[in-house]
Amino acid sequence: MRPRSTLTRAAAATAVLLTAVAALAGCGSSSQDTANGKVLTIATHDSWAMSKDVMAEFKAETGITVRIAKNGDVGELTNKLVLTKGDPIADGVFGIDNTFATRAIDEGVLAKFTPPIAPASLSRFELTDNGESYLTPIDYGDVCVNVDDTWFAQHKIPEPKTLDDLIDPRYKNLMVTPAATTSSPGLAFLLATIGHYGTTGWKAYWQKLLDNGVKIDAGWTDAYEVDFTAGGGHGDRPIVLSYSSSPPFTVPKGGTKPTTSALLDTCFRQVEYAGVLKGAKNPQAMQKFISFMINKQFQAALPDNMYVYPADTSVALPADWSTWAPVSPDPIAVSPADITKNRTQWLDEWRDLTTR
Amino acid sequence: MDGLSVRDLSVRFGATTAVAQVDLEVPSGSVTAVLGPSGSGKSTLLRAVAGLESPASGSVSYAGADLARVPVHRRGFALMFQDGQLFAHQSVARNVGYPLRLRHRPAREITVRVAELLDLVGLTGFEDRSPATLSGGERQRVALARSLAVEPRMLLLDEPLSALDAGLRERLAADLAAILRTAGTTTLLVTHDHEEAFAVADRIVLMRDGRVVQGGTLDEVWRAPADAWAARFLGYAVTLEGDAARRLCDLVAPQAAWTSVALRRSAIRLDEGGPLAGTVLAARVGPDQVRLELEVDGLGRLEGVADPGHRVQAGDRVALSVVPDRLAALPGPA
Amino acid sequence: MIGGRRAARLGTAALAAVPLLVLVAFFLYPVGGMVARGFWPGGAFHPGGVWDVLARSRVHRVLWFTVWTAGLATVLAVVLGVPVAFVLHRLSFRGQGVLRTLIVVPFVMPTVVAGVAFRELIRTSGPLGGLHLDGTPTAIVAALVFFNVSVVVRTVGSFWEGLDRRTEEAAAALGASPLRVFGTITLPALLPSVASAASVVFLFCSTSFGIVLTLGGLRYANVETEIYQLTTQELDLQGAAALSVLQIVVITALLVLSHRARRGSPALSRQARRGRRPRWRDTAVLAWSAVVIAMLMTPLATLVEASLRSSDGWTLANYRALQTTGSDDALLVTASSALRNSFVIALQAAGIALILGVIVSYLVSRRPRSGAGRRASGLFDGIFMLPLGVSAVTLGFGFLITLDRPPLDLRTSELLIPIAQAMVALPLVVRTLAPVLTSIDPRMREAAASLGAGPLRVLAVVDLPHAWRAILASIGFAFAVSLGEFGATSFLARDDSPTLPVVIYDLIGHPGAANFGMAMAGSVVLAAATGAAMLLVESFRVTSVGAF
Repeated sequence: MRPRSTLTRAAAATAVLLTAVAALAGCGSSSQDTANGKVLTIATHDSWAMSKDVMAEFKAETGITVRIAKNGDVGELTNKLVLTKGDPIADGVFGIDNTFATRAIDEGVLAKFTPPIAPASLSRFELTDNGESYLTPIDYGDVCVNVDDTWFAQHKIPEPKTLDDLIDPRYKNLMVTPAATTSSPGLAFLLATIGHYGTTGWKAYWQKLLDNGVKIDAGWTDAYEVDFTAGGGHGDRPIVLSYSSSPPFTVPKGGTKPTTSALLDTCFRQVEYAGVLKGAKNPQAMQKFISFMINKQFQAALPDNMYVYPADTSVALPADWSTWAPVSPDPIAVSPADITKNRTQWLDEWRDLTTR
Repeated sequence: MDGLSVRDLSVRFGATTAVAQVDLEVPSGSVTAVLGPSGSGKSTLLRAVAGLESPASGSVSYAGADLARVPVHRRGFALMFQDGQLFAHQSVARNVGYPLRLRHRPAREITVRVAELLDLVGLTGFEDRSPATLSGGERQRVALARSLAVEPRMLLLDEPLSALDAGLRERLAADLAAILRTAGTTTLLVTHDHEEAFAVADRIVLMRDGRVVQGGTLDEVWRAPADAWAARFLGYAVTLEGDAARRLCDLVAPQAAWTSVALRRSAIRLDEGGPLAGTVLAARVGPDQVRLELEVDGLGRLEGVADPGHRVQAGDRVALSVVPDRLAALPGPA
Repeated sequence: MIGGRRAARLGTAALAAVPLLVLVAFFLYPVGGMVARGFWPGGAFHPGGVWDVLARSRVHRVLWFTVWTAGLATVLAVVLGVPVAFVLHRLSFRGQGVLRTLIVVPFVMPTVVAGVAFRELIRTSGPLGGLHLDGTPTAIVAALVFFNVSVVVRTVGSFWEGLDRRTEEAAAALGASPLRVFGTITLPALLPSVASAASVVFLFCSTSFGIVLTLGGLRYANVETEIYQLTTQELDLQGAAALSVLQIVVITALLVLSHRARRGSPALSRQARRGRRPRWRDTAVLAWSAVVIAMLMTPLATLVEASLRSSDGWTLANYRALQTTGSDDALLVTASSALRNSFVIALQAAGIALILGVIVSYLVSRRPRSGAGRRASGLFDGIFMLPLGVSAVTLGFGFLITLDRPPLDLRTSELLIPIAQAMVALPLVVRTLAPVLTSIDPRMREAAASLGAGPLRVLAVVDLPHAWRAILASIGFAFAVSLGEFGATSFLARDDSPTLPVVIYDLIGHPGAANFGMAMAGSVVLAAATGAAMLLVESFRVTSVGAF
């Protein structure tokens, strides 16, 4: 009798457990809502931030609830979309930039879409693939070298101005930058040097930069918040790679003027795009959201939330931005197609240069 | 004096006192057993002698030299526990040779000495065995050989035979006594088993609640237990007090005035001409004698014996006699 | 009779199927799917491409760096940890429980937080700036040691606690000096546990991700960060697959080693003996332990200091800010609601890990008589250890590409993160429970059964009273580990209910000193929460927690 009951009980226990696991696995799925068009899932990068009021406005206008799914940095985001091609993890994507855009387009991740009404200034940032449009420009930002004005004033050293200045022995051991291989601003800086010194000259420049003691961190946070003299960690390097929009954040409490400034001759322009994913469950909702992203209200909220400039240049910037965060009049450019074609090679070469 | 001398020794663990003001002598060449129930502080006393516990007060000295500042490994004692504590990762020969290697003796000498020692404990040829393959008795023999390897000034044995089964214990106790006398090693042994103490030692110290109750040669202690508890612990079957004790006293030693007496089982014998009468409650036949449970008139329930030839059974009325050297008068409750 | 045995065997198989199915679905299948992408580029089987990867000179450099940093960190962790194991497990003094808890906190801390804490400490203007460690391999090795010392202390300590100290006393009485006793008696006896700890520490070090990424910048890469790099940035799936396979092979070898070492050691003693009081001659080892514990606490202290600091001096503003979404709405939810999410998710993960862990431990603790049965049991034990060492990147991306169709359409499920965390916590639960269940004398179960108790009754009467402390302790341990888990969580889509480690990561990624301070405050809260959970675990006095 006993062995039989062992089996029965074990089998019963197993069945109960399996049911429990299956039940656990089953709940929490929101696929039904998605099918009804009520929920829109947007895959984006970790820097996504938008005020609740603006998002509530979209819900009020369309009845659609937006679910934001952060998926790492731009590279990770793009590669996740490539890997899940045909059965995407979201309905749309926001945040693919000009350094990764052509990979997403070439891999066939995106569905064609052009918003019916768009501000005229968008055309400056547009990417077209054989005349077809997959991605809508939403915002842009300039990745520039920043300096701590206070530090330079205290040490009575003139501030650097150009990329060439950075290899001046006067600035030895003063600069920190995030790595091109692990950070999107880091890659932008590498592209700036490639755009400025050419596809052969950049390596010699980087060698000099390394000889001049440039410090390379994994991410922007490490560079700005730990090593930069004006960052949260009060580090010891007064030159850092950041954004042209960073200075307004260093206005001291009660002060009127930032303690840092961006070197506008060292900038590479990053443009961020939004698009509908091919095979999405809810493409119409994403199309509506893209149209919403290029309206005045959303565009105006971009600087304060994501520290980027609206692609609709007719939208007014916040007061301190217009004073302390001007964009570069002449950013260094490298074509998206060239980036896609050469990225791996450039990064390998850069890594060989910088890795001991 | 030579040998071990413990004076006024106390050991405390926090609020509890494990050993309280103990005095103890172990004359050179003697085998002294400390006998006591578990929790009596006997093992702590042994550990304090070895240097493993620091005394709260009092002194331990050997051959007149105080040992307070001498660490365990410099005392020249050897310590052996009930389960031997052989080093599991070393062979029998390496175990026995361990103290010799510590003293950097030449390898040849070690080999010879190990063989000698294994011979002494009756394990010739066991050199390459692993401790895991030995029986409990063999392990204790190896541990003993290891302890004797460097001719320690004194051997400390903590319940050396308790882990063994009865038959083996008896045999090994005899062997142990013989080996210790052959080697002439001063020995302090602690045990809870009076049979073990009597089989191995020539002096006994009785401990209870951290204090020494009584001490002396086997005979001294055996003849005159300090009190009823000591008598029971030494193997006396029963103690009588008050009227029963006095009645027994009148019978055996009318001139003495006992208030309390301890009896061994064999103190009451079935004897047709005996002065006592009683009723047999139960009788069980053994190989050497018949063991009886009796209701003795005027004395109460007692145990007794009869020669194997007697055929008694429960309910019989019998006559009984007292064997005087199988009982011990105890100091009165005063 | 034969039928009965077959029925019992079927029952065992059915029970084993539950955790196996979960492991296959949520670990082997996703990892396999990701590796398969490398072997079948564009759909055609092309394994040559994978092997070509191993010939790249960069890969050789990465492998060498991985081996020497992990090797050195392992040696250091052992050298630093063994004396601490003695002090925390062989001696007995007031405050010992708190110290035992403190040293485990680094092990359960999120790597992001620890990385930032370390950088705060060693940056040129930081408290240890004078040593110029920033950006050097020394810093990486130091951080690896920081994370893993507790593994050595717990593993060796729990074993040491059970060693009969009379063996050492016998040797001392025979004339061996304390050093000699340690060298000839204690060390040989401890070796199995040291070997087991060392192989697990090596495993953790060689698969460390967050630490090498934060502290190594891009100058230094190990196998794990290289897989991350190849997968997330370069989409070089062949390269990633090659390294993943290599990683799995090495980990399997290490787990076999650790298993062998454990098998050579006796079962855990049931009740830990009380240690002795410290004496004067323990001064050196006590001082050593004090230094090691101080070294472990320094990064944590730095964190606390940074959390109480703002541009205006000392303040609690960073803690008050946890009720907000950060300056400039850096977060989608407030940090305090993220903490609530963390608690809920960690509870779910601990629950899943416990159910599976109890089944695995139960099966592993039954000592089969036949050699084949023992091997099967060892194998069963081993495969549940695999999640300890397999790349979180590979697992995270594997989830995305494999769990996309029914019945496993879970990519958007809220349970994906708890499941992923449970996979990470499961090996730790098994290593806590299995030794306790194994230490039950099987004759007790046989006695209960012969008195008429059915199998479930035997469990309730024999196993449960013996193991309930270990079960509670392992829930707490799994909870603490899940609370701090970042690697696997960060590679899954993070939606509107993020965990606290993710929020901390988001905060330090946003500009502004206020957000940085808030991240520090969040880190302190997280460390305190994991610490509190571990303190609770410690109160059950189950020595196998955190031991391998």
